[in-house]
Amino acid sequence: MKYENVIVDEPGRREFLLGNEAIVRGAIEAGVGFASTYPGTPSSEIGNVLFYVAKKAGMYFEFSTNEKVALEVSAAAAASGLRSMVFFKHVGLNVAADAFMSTAYVGTNGGMVIISADDPSMHSSQNEQDNRYYALISGMPMVEPSNAQEMKDFIKKAFEISEKYKLPVLFRTTTRVNHVRGIVEYGKINRVKREGYFHKNPAKYVILPSVARRMHMELLEKLKRVEEETNNSELNRIEGNGNEIGIITSGVAYNYVHDVVKELGLNAKILKLAFTHPFPKELVKEFISSVKKVIVVEELEPYLEKETRLVAQMNDINVDIYGKLNGYFPRAYEYNPDVIKDALEKIMNIKIERNAYTPEEISLPPRPPILCPGCPHRATYYAAMMALKQLKIKDAIITTDIGCYTLGIQKPYEMADYLLCMGSSIGTAVGFSKSTKQKVIGFVGDSTFFHAAIPGLIDAYHNKANLVYVILDNRTTAMTGHQPHPGLPVNGMGEPAPYVDIENLVRGIGIDFVKTVDPYDVKETIKVFKEAIKHEGISVIISKRECALLWDARRRKQGEWWIYEINQDKCTQCGLCSDWLACAAIFKRKDKDGKVRIYINDALCDGCGVCATICPFNAIDKKVIR
Amino acid sequence: MSVGIVYAGVGGQGVLTASSIVGKAALLSGMNVVMSEVHGMAQRGGIVVTEMKIGEAKSPLLGQGEADIIVGFEPVEAYRILKKAHPESYVIVNTEPIIPTTVSLEGKTYPDVKQILGNMRDLHVVSLEATELARKAGNVIATNIVMLGALAKIPVFPIKKEILEEAIKKTINPKYHEMNLKAFQMGYESISL
Repeated sequence: MKYENVIVDEPGRREFLLGNEAIVRGAIEAGVGFASTYPGTPSSEIGNVLFYVAKKAGMYFEFSTNEKVALEVSAAAAASGLRSMVFFKHVGLNVAADAFMSTAYVGTNGGMVIISADDPSMHSSQNEQDNRYYALISGMPMVEPSNAQEMKDFIKKAFEISEKYKLPVLFRTTTRVNHVRGIVEYGKINRVKREGYFHKNPAKYVILPSVARRMHMELLEKLKRVEEETNNSELNRIEGNGNEIGIITSGVAYNYVHDVVKELGLNAKILKLAFTHPFPKELVKEFISSVKKVIVVEELEPYLEKETRLVAQMNDINVDIYGKLNGYFPRAYEYNPDVIKDALEKIMNIKIERNAYTPEEISLPPRPPILCPGCPHRATYYAAMMALKQLKIKDAIITTDIGCYTLGIQKPYEMADYLLCMGSSIGTAVGFSKSTKQKVIGFVGDSTFFHAAIPGLIDAYHNKANLVYVILDNRTTAMTGHQPHPGLPVNGMGEPAPYVDIENLVRGIGIDFVKTVDPYDVKETIKVFKEAIKHEGISVIISKRECALLWDARRRKQGEWWIYEINQDKCTQCGLCSDWLACAAIFKRKDKDGKVRIYINDALCDGCGVCATICPFNAIDKKVIR
Repeated sequence: MSVGIVYAGVGGQGVLTASSIVGKAALLSGMNVVMSEVHGMAQRGGIVVTEMKIGEAKSPLLGQGEADIIVGFEPVEAYRILKKAHPESYVIVNTEPIIPTTVSLEGKTYPDVKQILGNMRDLHVVSLEATELARKAGNVIATNIVMLGALAKIPVFPIKKEILEEAIKKTINPKYHEMNLKAFQMGYESISL
């Protein structure tokens, strides 16, 4: 079985695990009975692993329709006495925020851990919000791990904290903790509690204003007690000694601090914080009183730094504090060892040799992220682009959404003009259709459609918007690593499940123009796009074709593989395939005779054959690979 | 002490699999290892970089000059990451280019591979036709394993060849062991130091 190494009951065993795999191991060791998510990078692999192991580990796991639903189902499980874990990316917590705020008030019965995977540097996100502030506005205890081993160990601690105070705990991770592999030593697995019992208590769980007023006071009282614990918790520890420099740090930044201090042989002591909300004021007071200079190192917002300055001010501690607020550290993008060295150079007025090689500057061609070879979205965008060209429409407004297909923004398609967040393609399409006379076309993926676009489509129908809405149904949640969604006949436990038919759902709203096409049938897809664009009112196109990566994996497994090749005798080098379909596997090369020719890269071609179907000269041939 | 390694290439070349195999081999050798990888958009055709430290270290990212070895799966991607190298670094370069779409769509130029290699001459450059060797071994998909074969021969690389082979067998479907071990050996033998 895939990921079997994550569930083996062998304390002391050491494995090379991804941070997200370590979280699953921690959850299994903690005896978690219930987990839910909506996939989002950098949290996605937690769900991918649970998809394979949940059943075997004896727990319940679901891919929920969106993050709000995911948080609600886990809250109810915790209220029933189970240990429950819900996880998503940082912006997923925005979607879940309403339910999130109330769970802090009503509290839990079984332990509940809410994992937020933040994305400094925005490797695959629309912003780099620092979700530690969610702990402050909700009043939830917060834990920040630094590496794969802590991912596993601290999940268990987080459940203990949650159960002790009957409060959910925010477990805040970042990309370079989620997507770091390291060696993790296993502990013992606790028995799973899979079935709970809900003891009714409306005066606690039904958040009427009268209940909320009382529960808010209870929450504030609990937080005082939690703060006592943060001052003494083993999650917050001091490394090294010396009375000159004290460094306060948390999360992934600790690793860079550790390595740089060691490399430079710096006589500094480090306060490594992991239980960071409520802020351990007493611990920090003692720490900053014992040194002459305090350096606060944390990615993104100056949360630790502001709290540290507050402690200094309230206790009349006169110590120099260096951080973001006085310009020593950046407030944007992820850190690395050089960020720490740059700051130390300024703070200590020293020069740190880097011994870096300086390559001669040469102009390198950019390689931006693009749709994969064989991607059905490429064929859909090609068809949409050709339909607009044939209808001579130049200023159509294209609203897009969150998924691989956002890459339709690239040349030559340029199919992306406006994007805010998950599901925004439809709400913004309605807004543009009501405020301009331009043609409006919205694009959304299947999983994103279920997640947040259905209310928008109802809005479009009820308010009589004039737009084309394209649902790119590639039969999976592709960008995050191929998780199932409500449109597929399988659930998070890997069991057969009833599925929602998108075409029926759209018709159920009352929309008449609904057409399903196969984007690999380029001719037909162009025809349907033209009809839809000319149609007055709402027209919905469902462009249905499985993600190429899934198709490829299946064929590789079955030992069936073929690619396409350009027949240079027939090819006129017209450029339709290289410049207009623009597949990542098709490239132009200047040959030894000085002529530029089009070729297909055999390592990237996946054999979809769309280039061959559009070639006007039949110059692209299939080649079977044994 | 730790050894810093950066793996750079194009999505679809198996960069993540290759670096993960090295990580497993480090674990099998009883060494500490920490590795950072990229996930998300552009599974194929975009830039893929993983960074690794083997030995006593905690940082998942390398600073400038901290890469002792650069494993370049593609010439331009090897060059792009050179600022992580130091003057004594080893750079393994697969000489077969993957030409990005910006060349045909935006008129960008792909530099001459000879120029790329020539510009690196101050470093310890090891070049090989890894993609072509993989084709000869049986499938272009084994390019990443050819690169691992070359890596096994680098003097500062701290893991034994046999352990790396064991990690390959633990990772790859047994059906393809023979082809991959052949590819590994071809990579190992193709370079001389």
